[in-house]
Amino acid sequence: MFAPEFDYHKAATVAEAIQLLASNEDAKLLAGGHSLLPLLKLRLARPSALIDIGGISELKGITITDGSVRIGALTTHRQLAASHDLEHACGLLSDAAGGIGDPQVRNRGTIGGNIVHADPASDWPSVLTALDAKFTIQGAGGATRTVEPGDFFVGPLTTTLGEQEILTSIEVPTLGHHQRAEYAKMAHPASGFAVVGSAVVVSIHDGKCTSARIAVGGLVPAPVRMVSVEAALIGKELNSENIAEAASHASEDLTGEILGDFFASAEYRKAMAEVEIRHSLFHATEVHHH
Amino acid sequence: MTKLGGTLTMTTRIFGSGIRRREDPRLMTGQAAYTDDIKLTGMVHAAILRSPHAHAKINSIDTSAAKSAPGVLAVYTSADTEGVLNPIPCAWQPPDSDVKAVDHHALAVDVVRYVGDAVAVVVAESRYQAEDALELINVDYSAMPAVVNPKAAMDAGAPQLHEDAPNNQAFHWVVAGGDTDAAFAEAVGSQNHVVVTDTIIQQRLIPNAVEPRSAVANWQFAMGELTLWSTSQNPHIARFLCSLVTGIGEHKIRIIAVDVGGGFGSKIPMYADEMLAAFCSMQLRRPVKWTATRSEGYMATIHGRDHVQNVEMAATKDGKITGLRAEVYAGMGAYLSTAGPGVPTILHGLMYSGPYEIPNVRGDIYGVFTNTTPVDAYRGAGRPEATFLLERMMDLLAVELNMDPVELRRVNLIQPFEDGHDVSTGLTYDSGNYQATLDLAMQHVDYPALRKEQEQERSEGHYMGIGVSTYCEICGLGPSQVAGAVGFGGGLWESATVRFYATGKVNVYVGISPHGQGEETTFAQIVSDELGVPVDDIEVIHGDTDLTPMGWGTYGSRSTVVGGGALALSTRKIRDKGIALAAHLLEAAEEDIQYEDGKFFVRGSPDQSKTIQDIALMANVAWNMPEGMEPGLEATTFYDPPNFSYPFGAHVAVVSVDADNGHIVLLRYVAVDDCGPQINPVIVEGQVQGGVVQGAGQALWEGVVYDDNGQLLTGSMMDYAVPKAHLLPNIEVLSTVTPSPHNPLGVKGIGETGSIASTVSIYNAVIDALRPLGVTRLEMPLSPQRVWQAIQQAKGA
Repeated sequence: MFAPEFDYHKAATVAEAIQLLASNEDAKLLAGGHSLLPLLKLRLARPSALIDIGGISELKGITITDGSVRIGALTTHRQLAASHDLEHACGLLSDAAGGIGDPQVRNRGTIGGNIVHADPASDWPSVLTALDAKFTIQGAGGATRTVEPGDFFVGPLTTTLGEQEILTSIEVPTLGHHQRAEYAKMAHPASGFAVVGSAVVVSIHDGKCTSARIAVGGLVPAPVRMVSVEAALIGKELNSENIAEAASHASEDLTGEILGDFFASAEYRKAMAEVEIRHSLFHATEVHHH
Repeated sequence: MTKLGGTLTMTTRIFGSGIRRREDPRLMTGQAAYTDDIKLTGMVHAAILRSPHAHAKINSIDTSAAKSAPGVLAVYTSADTEGVLNPIPCAWQPPDSDVKAVDHHALAVDVVRYVGDAVAVVVAESRYQAEDALELINVDYSAMPAVVNPKAAMDAGAPQLHEDAPNNQAFHWVVAGGDTDAAFAEAVGSQNHVVVTDTIIQQRLIPNAVEPRSAVANWQFAMGELTLWSTSQNPHIARFLCSLVTGIGEHKIRIIAVDVGGGFGSKIPMYADEMLAAFCSMQLRRPVKWTATRSEGYMATIHGRDHVQNVEMAATKDGKITGLRAEVYAGMGAYLSTAGPGVPTILHGLMYSGPYEIPNVRGDIYGVFTNTTPVDAYRGAGRPEATFLLERMMDLLAVELNMDPVELRRVNLIQPFEDGHDVSTGLTYDSGNYQATLDLAMQHVDYPALRKEQEQERSEGHYMGIGVSTYCEICGLGPSQVAGAVGFGGGLWESATVRFYATGKVNVYVGISPHGQGEETTFAQIVSDELGVPVDDIEVIHGDTDLTPMGWGTYGSRSTVVGGGALALSTRKIRDKGIALAAHLLEAAEEDIQYEDGKFFVRGSPDQSKTIQDIALMANVAWNMPEGMEPGLEATTFYDPPNFSYPFGAHVAVVSVDADNGHIVLLRYVAVDDCGPQINPVIVEGQVQGGVVQGAGQALWEGVVYDDNGQLLTGSMMDYAVPKAHLLPNIEVLSTVTPSPHNPLGVKGIGETGSIASTVSIYNAVIDALRPLGVTRLEMPLSPQRVWQAIQQAKGA
């Protein structure tokens, strides 16, 4: 647990950070450090320099406007979990934040750092996919672009973020009265990371499901939308039978690579996707299956 | 003494009082000095290059680039240490078992035998520089096939670790009592008997003390003296072994292990790394620090358990056990650790009768070398494996006989005894009332109601299970004569010195070496209780071989039993001297002096008295001593216990299993233990809670995974799951009190009972829960995937 040597720069603004990225080949941005520092200490990452963006205030904070929540990339999981306003505007964000790691991780780890690290076992990728989030990215010369999670997460520790780009904020639509959103995960007993996680956002009108966005993570290299499950829910009353029937379509959406290890094989995780989808839908509709 | 209204006097005995741990303020405010906190002038840092291969030949080692790296003082390989450092000895070699005590060199010579085997050591001005230089050492290896499973390692054609140990057999030890062959011959095919069999895997575990191992070696060349701060549970043994390895006389070695952050057995052994720190300090004449990282510890600190057990139990149709037979393959790792061979033999096989009357017992224990981290004592050390074996077979027997598992245990429990009971393995248990603990447990959980609740849950399609284990264990190690007879390379007695100063304050010096167990508190309670000195006037000093009298260390739940016994006897010598001096000062006959609550007085005239403080003052100034009495008030006792102690109890676990995903929830845990009289019931409860949680860890979460090439896949806390508070229920701790007849305090030891009893009670509960689904056996840890797969298979069958 002794990091190799690196240079250290502290950036005061996003523009300066981008400038430093340009002038330091193989440099890495340092936010909360909860993904990067362990990699450094295990000598699995050997950046030439760390560019500390932790002091850039414009990247911090939660802004709630009519219909939308804007979260600065440096906002910590703890700040998200503790925000009452956020709980009212989009409770799934605060719930998911509160279930990440442990208090120390939540106090230091940031949502932006977590997203750009793109660990398949993280909670945010699937949660933000289900919530239809938009990521705002700033590049050289101050240019910004907006990207959806589906076009951002490529695979394990791989995104479409450019070498001289910085994720600055995440925008999420607020949830309406007719909407319910939940996240259910099977957490690894050692790391707390998701072995399988399912995030759902459903709209219910007159007792029937009118729209659904479901994304799973943990078992896949990048979050996967469960379009077959979603389709099976539309127009249905969200009772146990219909939820179970819809969740049984999960395998139709899980046709790509499934991750597996000695703790949980690909076969097991695939079966658990259906279970966690059910759990998340049950929670969303407050139907208890026990 | 609490005065009530000036007339009534009520005595609250300090022995048995749950006072707060006196060591905690120091530990909690960062004022403790752990080994890594030691900083000496001129101190430099060592880092150790470890083998990435489980089994490989070393063709060459090129250290030239590392030697010229910034800050590097030296790089050593076995070419430097051979002939200077002797091999690390194995100190427990059971007799009549053909032990192959293969050489374990501090740095690998020609061959590496497990991932983590030390190959080279770098010393640099900073740890960072040392770590950077490690990457510059170029070792040319030729990888060889590896074997990690202890059963497979004895198969023909398995990769061989040591030339001197054919078939990788490190030893073969037998426990036998009665006529087991006859018992099974009678049972097999008999209408009146049943035989149940199982293969039990005691998976390998990683001990997780909060403090990693660490050493600071300071060779003072002008005096020829070595001071070694070391994370040791037994500094006096460390001194002895360090002397053997380094060649420095025992009188010139000082081991300091005052604040040690837990061990669970993993800090009993002498390791290569600590000796390398000493070697580097001697070569460089600089103080050298080495501290393991967590991942390094996972590779290079001992592991626990690792048995493959083939077990058979025979019984009559009405549930009386007639025989037990076990063939055990116990993984020893690549080399024999300090106490390794003693664990699956003396501490395991001798407990095959458990709390039951089992007339015929035979165990064939094979110690096996594998390309893995060496295995040694881990909390419970052999007894959890024995209790698991017995309690698993009891549940299989109960199912086979269609008998309630609690009833089956009642049928076989040894009847209550107060002073000695012989069992077929050759041990004589000290005292026991096993029924009482089981009765209390059953009453506390309302067993019939619990079974009814289970029936109800099952009718609703829910899987609830109840698991019970009744156990007795061997601890309080132990009579030194027995230690010698069973191949333990040392004694097992203890010593304690009580020293009074003129001011009435007391220093207590003990040979035991607590590292979290709370003896700074409980030992002060013993002195306070025996001599009436306030606890705050007593300081307990331990863990420094230059300050404390000889002791054999803290493990095997022996500190309070043996060290506390020595201390109690010392206090009684002080009391006797106090009586003699008081008689002189009060001008009375010795036999007329009565002692009570810190006061010596003439019988019948309590106002004519001398307090213990008066006595301490007069003894220390020695102005008026009786003729022939030495000055001072100090006593030392060397106490060798006449027998081991045998705590016992009954534990109950209640679980629910989610058949959809295989998740287990531990709903309830009840522990009833009997460790004799409790000096501090809060500390006892803490020991039980901690032990139960560690045992639950083995049942539900913990397990070392090596791949077939011997790579450690559970190499960090990201993959190796220790128990988490939010996954556990409140643990209900109850007790009964059956004093040990042979111990000066009647105490039996409580450090390991939790981990001995809990793994199998939880395992039994899970199997009980899954019975309606047809699942009869699982491997630990009981991960959701394993449970789910077993359910799928049972459904398919």
